[in-house]
Amino acid sequence: MPAKEYVGLSQINGPLIFVEKPSDVGYNEVVEITIGDQKRLGQVVQISDQMAMIQVFEGTNGLTIDNTRVKFLGKPLMIKVSDEMLGRVFNGIGQPIDNGPEILMGDSRDINGSPINPVSRMYPRNFIQTGISAIDALMTLIRGQKLPIFSGNGLPHNRIAVQITKQAKLKGEEAGNFAIVFAAMGIKHDEANFVRESLEQSGAIKNTIMFLNLADDPAIERIATPRVALTAAEYLAFDKNLHVLVLLTDMTNYCEALRELASARGEVPSRKGYPGYLYSDLASIYERAGMIKERVGSITQIPILSMPNDDITHPIPDLTGYITEGQIVLNRDLNRRGIYPPIGVLQSLSRLMKDGIGKGYTRDDHPHISSQLFASYSRVQEVKALASIIGEEELTDSDKSYLRFGQAFENEFLKQDEDEDRSIEETLDLGWKLLGYLPKIELTRVSEKEINDHYKEIKET
Amino acid sequence: MNKTGDLYSINGPVVKAKKMTGFMMHEMVLVGNVKLTGEIISLEGDDATIQVYEETTGLKPGEPVAGTGNLLSVTLGPGLIGSTFDGIQRPLNVLKAQSGDFLERGVIADALDMKKSWDVQMSKIKDGDQVVGGQIIATVKETSSVIHKIMIPPNISGIARNVKSSGKYTIDTTLMTVKSGDGDHDIKLYQRWPVRIPRPYMERLAPKEPLVTGVRVIDTLFPISKGGTAAIPGGFGTGKTVVQHQLAKWADADVIIYIGCGERGNEMTEVLEEFPQLIDPRNGKPLMERTILIANTSNMPVSAREASIYTGITMAEYFRDMGYNVALMADSTSRWAEALREISGRLEEMPAEEGFPPYLASRIGDFYERAGRAKVMGDDQRIGSVSVIGAVSPPGGDFSEPVTTGTKRFIRCFWELDRQLANARHYPSINWLDSYSEYTVELKEWISKNVDENFYKMRDRFMQILTEDDNLQQIIKLVGEDVLPDNQKLIVRIANIIKVGYLQQDAFSDVDSNCPFNKQDEMLKIILNYYDRADKLVSKGVAISEVLDNDIVNAIMRMKENIPNDKIESFKELNEKIDAFFDQLDKKYQVTVEA
Repeated sequence: MPAKEYVGLSQINGPLIFVEKPSDVGYNEVVEITIGDQKRLGQVVQISDQMAMIQVFEGTNGLTIDNTRVKFLGKPLMIKVSDEMLGRVFNGIGQPIDNGPEILMGDSRDINGSPINPVSRMYPRNFIQTGISAIDALMTLIRGQKLPIFSGNGLPHNRIAVQITKQAKLKGEEAGNFAIVFAAMGIKHDEANFVRESLEQSGAIKNTIMFLNLADDPAIERIATPRVALTAAEYLAFDKNLHVLVLLTDMTNYCEALRELASARGEVPSRKGYPGYLYSDLASIYERAGMIKERVGSITQIPILSMPNDDITHPIPDLTGYITEGQIVLNRDLNRRGIYPPIGVLQSLSRLMKDGIGKGYTRDDHPHISSQLFASYSRVQEVKALASIIGEEELTDSDKSYLRFGQAFENEFLKQDEDEDRSIEETLDLGWKLLGYLPKIELTRVSEKEINDHYKEIKET
Repeated sequence: MNKTGDLYSINGPVVKAKKMTGFMMHEMVLVGNVKLTGEIISLEGDDATIQVYEETTGLKPGEPVAGTGNLLSVTLGPGLIGSTFDGIQRPLNVLKAQSGDFLERGVIADALDMKKSWDVQMSKIKDGDQVVGGQIIATVKETSSVIHKIMIPPNISGIARNVKSSGKYTIDTTLMTVKSGDGDHDIKLYQRWPVRIPRPYMERLAPKEPLVTGVRVIDTLFPISKGGTAAIPGGFGTGKTVVQHQLAKWADADVIIYIGCGERGNEMTEVLEEFPQLIDPRNGKPLMERTILIANTSNMPVSAREASIYTGITMAEYFRDMGYNVALMADSTSRWAEALREISGRLEEMPAEEGFPPYLASRIGDFYERAGRAKVMGDDQRIGSVSVIGAVSPPGGDFSEPVTTGTKRFIRCFWELDRQLANARHYPSINWLDSYSEYTVELKEWISKNVDENFYKMRDRFMQILTEDDNLQQIIKLVGEDVLPDNQKLIVRIANIIKVGYLQQDAFSDVDSNCPFNKQDEMLKIILNYYDRADKLVSKGVAISEVLDNDIVNAIMRMKENIPNDKIESFKELNEKIDAFFDQLDKKYQVTVEA
């Protein structure tokens, strides 16, 4: 089918261009824009018999009203997927930027994918050991889960993400079928280099596909980046039976690109100027994690977002939290005190851990001890608040034991080295050891049998 | 016979077509060459605006829009129970068989299995009998838990003709023909009903029976009636979905309709995997045999999300009309409201608060008012009910936003989920001070008669202790617990027992997940007995450390786990243990026990 080409635009407005009286053009169709000898890609975002509205991924810089040629390609934005993508680096819309060859062989896939039929999904239950105590014990990562890291500027989210990718292990299976898809949206060159170098050092780079849209790359391109990355991930997981870990960073930049586009389109804004469909849009990305019955592979997503001004009620972390299956929240106060990883455990949560831990998955006592650690650490915060008013001396003995527990919990349990890989058994034993700072009567979330098996009171010295 | 128009503009799920004169408002239409399902949402001159229930990628101006002549409707008949539908009642299993693990567009599927034959037991109606709308003409054992009653559609009455005898029939079979003033009507095993029109009933009744949920904080403190409405608002991670799942599992309703509206795909999978394994404590049958699921996950088309709520409530009313108690869970109504907002934005309507359309509150009101307990249509005075429990997901956990405030006006139970409690993993994280139920008054008589005449007295004492504890906690925050007098310290300790030993309930524990009313009653008695006896000693000047015996407190805290639902008599032993402990203390301090 010959593609239709139009010469001349009727309007250029921010990232949008308008073509008059298009014929036989479909909604969401991809277009090729030519100015001089330069080619760019765009997508139809609104269409009527009078006008086609097109967003230009690479930006509208240098386009002219009269000399721009627009070719409608008659299909949605597609990328070619194949095994050859592993070890390669692409830009935000899937074009190679590592001086390697184009991907010529392989299936063409629509980057928007299709929703997984809920009855085809398999409920994720397999525990992924990250080697990080706070995550493994308290917000366990499950294969097929989407578990974001809520971070802030200056917090070590990239180091944690890299540590997870290096250490992630499945119980009773070799790590060989792991692949990593890394999608960068508007992050700094230094951050991207750090991730790349770390993956090179660990040798994981050959099982990694990178899609990089950096801070100085066109903003609108970011809208396609996570979708391109997930299309590749779906291919690896559901066609090639790999367990794919997808890192998406930074979702805040993605949402801002979406807002820029929405305001250029003159849409009615919702909270903080973000479009009313931000929830549905984010869901169309996050819900592409999961497992499918009778297929071997899986997609586990770790999106990273920086909370503007550390505000967890900002629309981006807020809507993300409503879609993802929990969150890992980084805490600035812990970071300031030199505790790495600075995971604010009370605000963090893994919704899927309840079905992936305990008997047959990790260890029988896991559900109860994790609940106990949460409850006790939450009490620590209350005691600390009280101590800051009346002074530590005035506290009751039981409250004092909470302070000792809290300190040990932060310095021994949370804190670990960037290359320290703790097994789940080590992590749980450590948890029991620290509970020894508390008197037995305070342990209401664990069973009597578990107390007899594991609990050993630490006497004051 | 069906009309067609021409598409001329496409903007996401909202499309516009011309040459649409003669189409009906809310008519279901098929859009484009791929025949996507849509609904007309406005008509102006020759133009129509249509919301499309599927992804519109690739649609082009000039493609046809075909009418169906019907309002957007659901098919009601045997085969509903145990099924999983999308927002416009397409069965997801059939879609999977047709298009694989990923949802494709333009797939048309019958809502109910037209080929399956059912064992139909006809009633005594014979040729020439007068029948009225709502009358039961046959029954089908749909699952081991639900007898499906085939009814005359509510708007039809007349003389029965050509009545079939009992036998095996597919749902398309005409069981009888009803001759009425406006012609002959074939009565089949199924009927269709437009989703936006409430099904009629004879008379609204007061909601005087509780919907027993097995969740202590709800049944004891903030109960809901059969036919009642409740909202569960809470920020993300506070446990809305777990509470909804708990109610879907243990509520003593005959039929459960669970709408996953704009939520996670894995949550529907969880229900689908778990419910067939779980046993209904009332009849020993798998829970799936009384459950209908409607799934519009957050990545499925947004306009079908708007429809899913209506699809669900119409099914609920249909089972109510059979005389059943139906409980409908909608998780989450905020996603439905956001779908309204998105469509409204694309229509360029003037927005009200936070971009929501001005008609948001009235739509919420219309929806919740379809709940209720009623004498239903028919000839035999059947009573049925629809209870509606909607989750609300306020952005940023801010309860002053439009969906929460709009919902609060139309519901009578408010179960507020508390971020602080959730962070401490106190589940269910229903805040006991800010939540309320207006049904406590209406339910008092039933509970006094069927559970315990003192139940409400004990409940009120619980509330008093918790309120007083809240005041004391303010003081403790400032100066510490040590400065409180002993009797106030005791209140703090008892409140702690109530919070940890009673209100906290482990949804994933085999024993504690479901707590029947009689167990709740026994637990109340134990805690209050302990409090009364301890208080008597403390007020006589006995040191509080004497009455706070570790073993006794521990036994009370753990009774929810240690005493199973079928060993209620064990509470007596526990009570005797408490009495013995205090008898010995009384003796030691020579406090006389009053008779």
